[in-house]
Amino acid sequence: MNEMAQESFAGKAPVVMQIRNLTKKFELDNGKELTACDHVTLNVYQGQTLGVIGESGCGKSTLVRTILQIHPATEGQVLFDGKDILQCRGEEERQVRRKIQMVFQDPTAAFNPKMRVKDIVTEPLRNFGLLKKEDVDAKAAELLEMVELPAEFKDRYPHSMSGGQRQRLGIARALSLEPDIIVCDEATSALDVSVQKNICELLVKLQKEKQVSYLFIAHDLGLVDLMCHQVAIMYLGNVMEWLEAGRIAFHCRHPYSQALMDAVFKVDYHKGEKIKALAGDVPSPVDLPQGCPFQGRCPLCQEICHQEKPKLKKVEPGHWVACHMVK
Amino acid sequence: MENILRGFKENKAFRITTSLVLLLILIAIAAPVIAPYNPLEAVMRNANMEPSLQHLCGTDKLGRDVLSRILYGASYSLGSVLLLVAIIFVIGTTLGVLAGYFGGIVDTVIMRIADMMISFPGIILAIAIAGVMGGSLVNAMIAMTIVTWTKYARLARSMVLKIKRRDFVEAAVVNGGTPPHILWTHIVPNILPLMVITAAADIGAMLMELAGLSFLGFGSQPPAPEWGLMLSEGRQQIQTAPWLMIFPGLAIFVTVVVFNLWGDSLRDVLDPRQDN
Repeated sequence: MNEMAQESFAGKAPVVMQIRNLTKKFELDNGKELTACDHVTLNVYQGQTLGVIGESGCGKSTLVRTILQIHPATEGQVLFDGKDILQCRGEEERQVRRKIQMVFQDPTAAFNPKMRVKDIVTEPLRNFGLLKKEDVDAKAAELLEMVELPAEFKDRYPHSMSGGQRQRLGIARALSLEPDIIVCDEATSALDVSVQKNICELLVKLQKEKQVSYLFIAHDLGLVDLMCHQVAIMYLGNVMEWLEAGRIAFHCRHPYSQALMDAVFKVDYHKGEKIKALAGDVPSPVDLPQGCPFQGRCPLCQEICHQEKPKLKKVEPGHWVACHMVK
Repeated sequence: MENILRGFKENKAFRITTSLVLLLILIAIAAPVIAPYNPLEAVMRNANMEPSLQHLCGTDKLGRDVLSRILYGASYSLGSVLLLVAIIFVIGTTLGVLAGYFGGIVDTVIMRIADMMISFPGIILAIAIAGVMGGSLVNAMIAMTIVTWTKYARLARSMVLKIKRRDFVEAAVVNGGTPPHILWTHIVPNILPLMVITAAADIGAMLMELAGLSFLGFGSQPPAPEWGLMLSEGRQQIQTAPWLMIFPGLAIFVTVVVFNLWGDSLRDVLDPRQDN
């Protein structure tokens, strides 16, 4: 793992954020522990997109909420701007937020229903004292224009806008502080396919203009494949596969990644052709089995998988897999 | 505020009940102008007169004009009730919001105090306070404040706990909002409509309780023209001079009904569920 921390894959942009052994455990009422993220180590590169994929409940959202310090981490570091931001408190913590912003999953819930659009998009700037009250209208119009929304929307309330328009609003708000990193927590999964495409194109366009990095959480493999430069596949809080370059469909080797790919819907099914859904349910993260977290559903499972938890190991340059069976 | 103006235009029930509430308040304010007699002036010659053209609601055993006393009582009873509800609303909501937002030790301390307060029935505490400090309207109000703020604190706390988990509050944290800013611009405006509705619907009940305390002798003291007290004074003569109880009772009844109806229609106007 240390090797990965130091190695920057050939031709890569500089690293802006390093997530090191990030662990988040929730204590349950009955005294047990729920492990939502287990020693996650990832890099985010400048001007590039890191995609995180996994089934529901695999710890994707917990990961970003821990990075954003919405709840405290149990263990680990997030190195950003030369310091471990998880150790920042109070005003220092608030200043870090200037550089890391977020686009939320559900565009209907992400805005205060009592606020007007212009107050919503300029709120981050006002929070940091970067905008005077009399300049709110002009700046709001500018931000709305950037995400291709009409400037007249600034006096509306969010509930009078469509889902796609609201998601653009969310992007405008996240961009207003000109952050280094934007976390998109399933930012497109609540949208229609056609709207999803527009939002993704907008995200890519803005990334090219502003050299911003995205931490892109999704469960749509095709979308991640298109959008992301690096891909991490998570299962039960563990990174199972980490691809710094290359495409999921051609390079992924972990049995879980393979299974995910087989479960993707196609549009050209033949009559009688079966969808290969992944059998079984995700085991409870409360009582994790010893050994590999994927052992119960893995077609390649062997004796060693029940005993020893596989570590991420390098299978080729820029490609790490956590599996005993993948050599 | 916009909702209220819109409701005034569109909602007929709200328009009518609001007018009635304003009328009641106007009566309370204008009592010195419209009352035909001095409510405290005893004219023994006129004692226990039946309702007539000179005394529309009759007179009591000291010859005081009952109508004048009811009109003055409006300012007395309404004023004290509105003040009481305002105090309870502010104290309860503030403590509830703080408990809900900050959680942890703040929450524990505030809510355990609330538990202690709620374990007293209001009347018992009022009797205790009247026993220590003497019966008066102010003491009755203190007793009721101590018991009733917990209801608002609980309501505010539970709503804050619910709103706190909404995405837009998380977004406000990520956006670099400070706790006071988040409380003031994101949390309070979203719980306020329901709190205001609760308070409006409570006005009637509070009026009854204050009148009840005065009736029992723990609230206003003679010769104050307070409705509950007037009921209490008229009680001995219910058979010979029933107007001494009928008219103050009617005043309480009408006021309670008007404020309850107003609270109901205010809910229709402000109801957060109809926002979309």
